[in-house]
Amino acid sequence: MELVNKHLLTVVAEAALERRLLEELGGVGITGYTVTIAHGAGVRGGREGDIEGGNVRIECVTSRDKAEAALAVLARDYFAHYACVAWLVPVEVMRAEHF
Amino acid sequence: MDVVSVALANLVSPPVLAFALGLIAVSIKSDLRLPEAVYQAISIYLLLGIGIKGGVALREAQLGEVWLPLLVALVLGVVIPVLAFGYSAAVTKLDAVNRGALAAHYGSTSLVTFTAALVFLETSGQFVEGFMTTLLAVLEVPGIIVGLLLASRGRAEAIDWSASVKEVLSGRSIVLLAGGLALGVATGASGFASVEPFFGGLFTGVLTLFLLELGIVAGRRLRDVKQAGAGLVVFGLTFPLIAGALGVTGGLLSGLSVGGATLLGVLTASSSYIAAPTAVRLAVPEASPGVYLTASLGITFPFNLLLGIPFYYWFAGVLGGVL
Repeated sequence: MELVNKHLLTVVAEAALERRLLEELGGVGITGYTVTIAHGAGVRGGREGDIEGGNVRIECVTSRDKAEAALAVLARDYFAHYACVAWLVPVEVMRAEHF
Repeated sequence: MDVVSVALANLVSPPVLAFALGLIAVSIKSDLRLPEAVYQAISIYLLLGIGIKGGVALREAQLGEVWLPLLVALVLGVVIPVLAFGYSAAVTKLDAVNRGALAAHYGSTSLVTFTAALVFLETSGQFVEGFMTTLLAVLEVPGIIVGLLLASRGRAEAIDWSASVKEVLSGRSIVLLAGGLALGVATGASGFASVEPFFGGLFTGVLTLFLLELGIVAGRRLRDVKQAGAGLVVFGLTFPLIAGALGVTGGLLSGLSVGGATLLGVLTASSSYIAAPTAVRLAVPEASPGVYLTASLGITFPFNLLLGIPFYYWFAGVLGGVL
């Protein structure tokens, strides 16, 4: 079995940001992603959030370069004012051409 | 028509009682919640239903009776947020960004408050101009834009206007309201007859279910009211009275009936919690949702629903007798 090294970028942010964040990911060349509705608690406590409700969790498997570019955009434009966290973990994938 | 009996009739209507039940459910920490998808579906149903009914009535209306109220609504759409911005400076200690965010919410309108008022007036047998829904759609947008403009003066960086305006205009409330109006105009009364059981007969029942959920949502916000400070509470309770009185007066002067003027008062007095919060959150993230959502949803919405609507109706009746 041939496994290739990639990175999994996970962003959890308030749901209102979903469309903008996906555009930002596209801007750094990340085109594949999975979005799930999420809820939880963080440093500011549990988010009752806006009436539209909750958070989204955006996951994408990509190269380290693109993931770092995406993180740089998040740090520049989003971390300061929005409920938004992100992390990066190395993963091994099959069918590397899918990512 | 005395103010107490009007207020009592409103308080014992099923939608308002369901709202109260929602508040009680939160206070006893019940697990009652409408599923998110049901909540979304109901809000689409209400927006589309209000839009279609308004469109059917708009088709019957004469241009001569519509244009002046429309103009007054547009002017109020700009004046109300400016007033909210100034008034909040007098009664709260908030900075310009947060006051701009408040202005965006109070300048825009609350569909549910409007719908509850409409049902209340219909139950009271009061005539209402059908084109009031057009005014609802017209008043939805300018307040948000003016509020964002005011908030942007307190910020270092500029707002991305093209993105913000696009998001407001393509938001589902405008698409469904404007789309529903167009649909109603196109299909007319004969077309509406085929969907009447769904959008007419069931309407108040569905609104009752929606208000149950909103009672829960507002009840959760009530906990934040304690932290919000007395100034915000004073703003949330008194600004609707000022804006509502302005709306009623403007409505009567522009030739609306007592019912129509009441609804315009409700529109100007109510504050948005669907379209505005998203627009404000994206354009002015420094503004605190703890301030604008608490004021809009935790203070002003329950106030209007329980006491404001009958008050504006009473005021329109009294003023209508004088003018």
